[in-house]
Amino acid sequence: MNERENIFGRIREALRVKAPVPGSHYPKPGGADGQTVSEAEAAKHIPEWLPPVGETFGQRVELFKENALDLKAEFQLLDDPREMETQISRLAVREGWKKVASHSGELTDRACAVLAMPRLVADRNYDVRELESCDAGISECEALIAQTGSVLVSSRSSGGRALSALPPHHIVLARREQLLPDLPAAFALLRNKYASGYPSFISFITGPSRTGDIERILVLGAHGPKKLTILCV
Amino acid sequence: MSAPAQQFKHDAERLTRDLRHRSLIQTGLKKYEAARDAKKSRYRDWQSARQTAAEIKWDAINHLDTYLEEFVSKLEDRGSCVHWASTGEQARQIILGIIREKNARSIIKSKVMTGEEIHLNEALEKAGLTVVESDFGEYIVQLRHEAPYHFVFPAMHLVREEISELFQERLGSKPTNDPEELMMIARQVLREKYITADVGITGANFAIAETGMISITENEGNARLTCALPKVHIALMGIEKVIPKLEDLALFLPMLATAGAGQALTCYNSLYSGPRQPGETDGPEEFHLVLLDNKRTHLLADAEQRDALHCIRCGACLNVCPIYRNVGGHTYGTTYQGPIGSVITPHLRGLQSWKHLSYASSLCGACTEACPVKIDLHHHLLQSRRNATAQRPIWWERFAFKGFAFVMNRPVLIALATRLARVGQKFHPLIKGTRLDPARAWTRSRELPSVPRQTFKEFWQSRKK
Repeated sequence: MNERENIFGRIREALRVKAPVPGSHYPKPGGADGQTVSEAEAAKHIPEWLPPVGETFGQRVELFKENALDLKAEFQLLDDPREMETQISRLAVREGWKKVASHSGELTDRACAVLAMPRLVADRNYDVRELESCDAGISECEALIAQTGSVLVSSRSSGGRALSALPPHHIVLARREQLLPDLPAAFALLRNKYASGYPSFISFITGPSRTGDIERILVLGAHGPKKLTILCV
Repeated sequence: MSAPAQQFKHDAERLTRDLRHRSLIQTGLKKYEAARDAKKSRYRDWQSARQTAAEIKWDAINHLDTYLEEFVSKLEDRGSCVHWASTGEQARQIILGIIREKNARSIIKSKVMTGEEIHLNEALEKAGLTVVESDFGEYIVQLRHEAPYHFVFPAMHLVREEISELFQERLGSKPTNDPEELMMIARQVLREKYITADVGITGANFAIAETGMISITENEGNARLTCALPKVHIALMGIEKVIPKLEDLALFLPMLATAGAGQALTCYNSLYSGPRQPGETDGPEEFHLVLLDNKRTHLLADAEQRDALHCIRCGACLNVCPIYRNVGGHTYGTTYQGPIGSVITPHLRGLQSWKHLSYASSLCGACTEACPVKIDLHHHLLQSRRNATAQRPIWWERFAFKGFAFVMNRPVLIALATRLARVGQKFHPLIKGTRLDPARAWTRSRELPSVPRQTFKEFWQSRKK
């Protein structure tokens, strides 16, 4: 507790001298108005500066698709849940899955039902090595973000922390109404849904895991999934 | 000259002549520049975004006490332990204490620059613990017993052949020059480490006061696994990382990605607000957060340079810096390289020993222009020069400048000096480059411009006649 007080003491002592506001090298002359800025005022404008997202659902789907392509993620907009079942069976055959992991949820249960193979349900305590040996992790999500092509997941909606990180292929099952325009909308959603208690883990997943650490050459599949497939119904 | 200054001079001289090094760095950074420009152009207004980001950071840093208190109380409400460290030594002891209490043996780390700053790995290894870096680049430099070359791209100075050789030697892997295969070798080795590690250590890119969360930005997924699998999660961060509201991330996350690596958004941006909560399926049983001062309050006390604490460590200023591009990251001898490192290191480690870094700049201002939170980097370098001289004046510099001013204020003396120089330069080739040469520092690698036969004044007077 002592160091805490020492640090606060030094901070308060330091802040007795005012720092110039950004954008000017020296405090603006005149009243106090020009000498301070507030987070609340500044943050209001955030959506105005970020990349544009389009007005209609169609435009936003197009933008999401374009971003997914750029990120080397697979995105498909499907007409109904049955088509989702077909797609997922096709993937399982193509990649020769032997075992999948998922959490229980309406979409995940439906998808796993058509896969005639062992399923690890990550709702309860699970064995990490078993999860590691699964060929795919199938999860739902909180939202999709058109602006960046991201999938928003949390420990509450998407089967915990490791399900979407450990298996080599992450399958996201989403609904069309989950497509949000931009990042501010995603944070607003989190605030509305969880203000009384946030999940201990929330993540924006933007494409399959990657590294550029060797000569800045892009390699997909670093420590997380090599593939990311988003099926939206 | 201080020891760090001598080392800088020595290494800079060697590396600026190393053409292989130079072309490697330039090629890497050209790729970065192309990607960054493409992503930047998608913003509706990048300059206004910078101004907004700067204002939010200004608010956060200039009310640091209020926001820190809010942040910490929110975290503690959720069952996290918060620790305070004024110095690196205290932080190391706190972390060692947690590890010993848990009887932990093996530790997995995802990239923590604050850890580099306080030499955490050395301390843990000395205590007999196994520490493995999980970020691919960090893992490579750890195997080489090297410091990171760049605080965002730690292994940028190496080519695949070198990494392959390193892996053959240290991991017994087969030779390959394919980056993907090299990554797979590391992935396999590290998978086992995540699963068996007792403690995971991470840093934090942002701390959200309002919700008591830390935000971690990464591309590889190594931080996600570090926070998911071990029973204990320790996060180490500087006290300046706090931002007021959750929504502020809607701006900082994309700007960090674009400025830092030319991405629209980094692959994983994860928010952690404590250990596993009731009803959750996985995650650590304990979450410890170590808040480090380590002279950050010293920088905070300098109102003129306080905005250097706004830094989000994107590395954009390094990537555009003509000095960094030529002397390379290791030459700085600091945890934080490039322009931002040159600004903050004198505060963190002492002005007199590190003042030479304020001269490691052409003052072109590319860094200031590149900074997503508008830190006035190149002016801060000038201020540091001024502060260093004011604090400890050098007698011969003062004498030289007084002499210079004396001559420059007297036209007769200037004319005389010019005439003398014209004569003197004729004899210069006799001593050029030798110890007797007064312009040796210049003439060792460059030609001295010749004094013109006629000054403008002389020319003007001859025309009037």
